[in-house]
Amino acid sequence: MNVLELREVTKAYGEGMAQVHAIENVSLSVERGALVAIMGPSGSGKSTLLTIAGSLEEPTSGEVFIEGAPLSTMSHNEKARLRRQTLGFVFQDFNLLPGLTAAENVSLPLELDGMKAKKAHTIAMSMLGEFGLGDRASHFPDQLSGGERQRVAIARAVIGNRHLLLADEPSGALDSVNGEAVMRMILNACKQSGVAAVVVTHEAQLASWADRVVFLRDGHVVDQTVPPPTPEQLVHTAQQR
Amino acid sequence: MSVRHALLGLLSEGPKYGHQLRQEFEERTGDVWPLNVGQVYTTLQRLERDGLVESDDTASEGTQNVYRITGAGVDELGIWLHTPPDLTSPPRDELVIKVLVALRMPALDVRDVLQVHRRYLVELMQQWTRLKEDEGEFDFALALVVDSELFRLDSVIRWLDAVDGRLKRAEIEPPVAVPELPRLRRRLAVRR
Ligand SMILES: Nc1ncnc2c1ncn2[C@@H]1O[C@H](COP(=O)(O)OP(=O)(O)O)[C@@H](O)[C@H]1O
Ligand SMILES: [Mg+2]
Repeated sequence: MNVLELREVTKAYGEGMAQVHAIENVSLSVERGALVAIMGPSGSGKSTLLTIAGSLEEPTSGEVFIEGAPLSTMSHNEKARLRRQTLGFVFQDFNLLPGLTAAENVSLPLELDGMKAKKAHTIAMSMLGEFGLGDRASHFPDQLSGGERQRVAIARAVIGNRHLLLADEPSGALDSVNGEAVMRMILNACKQSGVAAVVVTHEAQLASWADRVVFLRDGHVVDQTVPPPTPEQLVHTAQQR
Repeated sequence: MSVRHALLGLLSEGPKYGHQLRQEFEERTGDVWPLNVGQVYTTLQRLERDGLVESDDTASEGTQNVYRITGAGVDELGIWLHTPPDLTSPPRDELVIKVLVALRMPALDVRDVLQVHRRYLVELMQQWTRLKEDEGEFDFALALVVDSELFRLDSVIRWLDAVDGRLKRAEIEPPVAVPELPRLRRRLAVRR
C-alpha cells in the first residue's frame, strides 16, 4: 500500500485575477521504504505540495491519502494525531528548539504523545546512537554544526516508528559533504525502517540519492526519472551489444 | 586521462612489474578506467624511449619486466602534477548547440527540450550515486572518481536550470534578443 498518495491535487491561493495555482492536478504515490525527491525551480510549488501532503494545508481540490485514509474525511483532532504519530517534518532551518538538548529535542514528539519522559529519553538516545550522534546527545542546538543539527532533526522526524518523512530543502544551507550525510541518513531510514520519504530539493546531487525524482514546473508534474536498471539488467544489455 | 603520468606516479613508489602496474592503475582509479595489457606495454615502451623509466631487460618484450622511474621521470611527474589541464577554450558542447538551435524553432517548447536532458542527467547521477552508496565508504579512490562525475553532471544541470531561469525572465520582462550565432562566436574569440 502507498504510504502517501496525492490524487489530482490542486491548490489555489487568492481569488479572481490575483489567483495563483501553486500546484495543479498533481498526482503522486510513495510506497513504503521509498525515497522520492521533488525537484523544481523556486516557485514551482514544491513547498505547497509538501504542506498539503503533511495535512498542514487543505487542497483546493483533489484528495490526499495517508496509508490509505483520505485526509478530507478526518477531523482536526485526527489530523493532529496523524502528525504526531505518522508524519515527520524536516525544514531547511529552525527545526530544533534552542532551549532543549539534542536528546530532548528528539524525545519531544514521544513525550507530546504521552510517553513517560524516561522511556522517551532511552529511545531517543538509542536513535541518536544509531545515527552516529550519540556523543552529541547532551549538546544544545547552538553547540552543534549545521549538519549535525539537520541529522538530529531527521532523528526527531522519524522517531517512534513514524512512516512518512517530509523534508523541505533539508540540506539547503549545508556543504556537499554534510548534504550527503543528511541524504544518507534519510536513505537509511527508508531502507532499514521502511520509512517513506519525500524530499524537496533544487539540487541534483541530493535528488540523485532518491529512488525516483519527480520534476515540478509551474505547479505541474512534468516528468520523472525511470528507475535505474538493476545490475542484472545492465549485464543483460551488455550481452546484447 | 594521462596513463603515462599515472604509471610514472605508481613507479615513483618503487620498481614494479608491468602487469603489477596495470592492476594497481585500475585499483587506484576505483576500477572505473580499465586498461588493457597492450596499452600498458606501449606506454612503458614510450616512457623508456623518452628516458623517463628504465627496465632490467630492454631486449625482451612483455609485462614481466621490472620497471623503475628515472630522475628525469621524477621531474616530469612533478611538472605534470602542478600543470593545470587545458580548460581555457570553450568546448564545442553538443548540448549547448542543441539548446541554441531549439531556441530558434518557434514551434518547439524549449523547456521540454531542457527537461529531456535534465532527466537524463539526473538518471546518470542516480547511477553514480548508487555506486557511492554501495562502495563509496570502502573505496576512497572510487568515491573521488564518483564525486568528480557527479560534480560534472551537476554543473550541466545547473546550466539547464540557468537557461530555464533566463527563459522565464524573458517571458516576464521585455524579450531578450537571442544573439546571432556568428556574433557569439566572435565574442568568445575576442575573450580568448
Ligand atoms: N500562502 C500563500 N499565499 C499566496 N501564494 C502562495 C502562498 N504560498 C505559496 N504561494 C505561491 O505559490 C507558488 C508556489 O510556491 P511554493 O510552493 O512555495 O514553491 P517552491 O517551494 O517550489 O519555491 C508561488 O508562486 C508562490 O508565490
Ligand atoms: Mg519552497
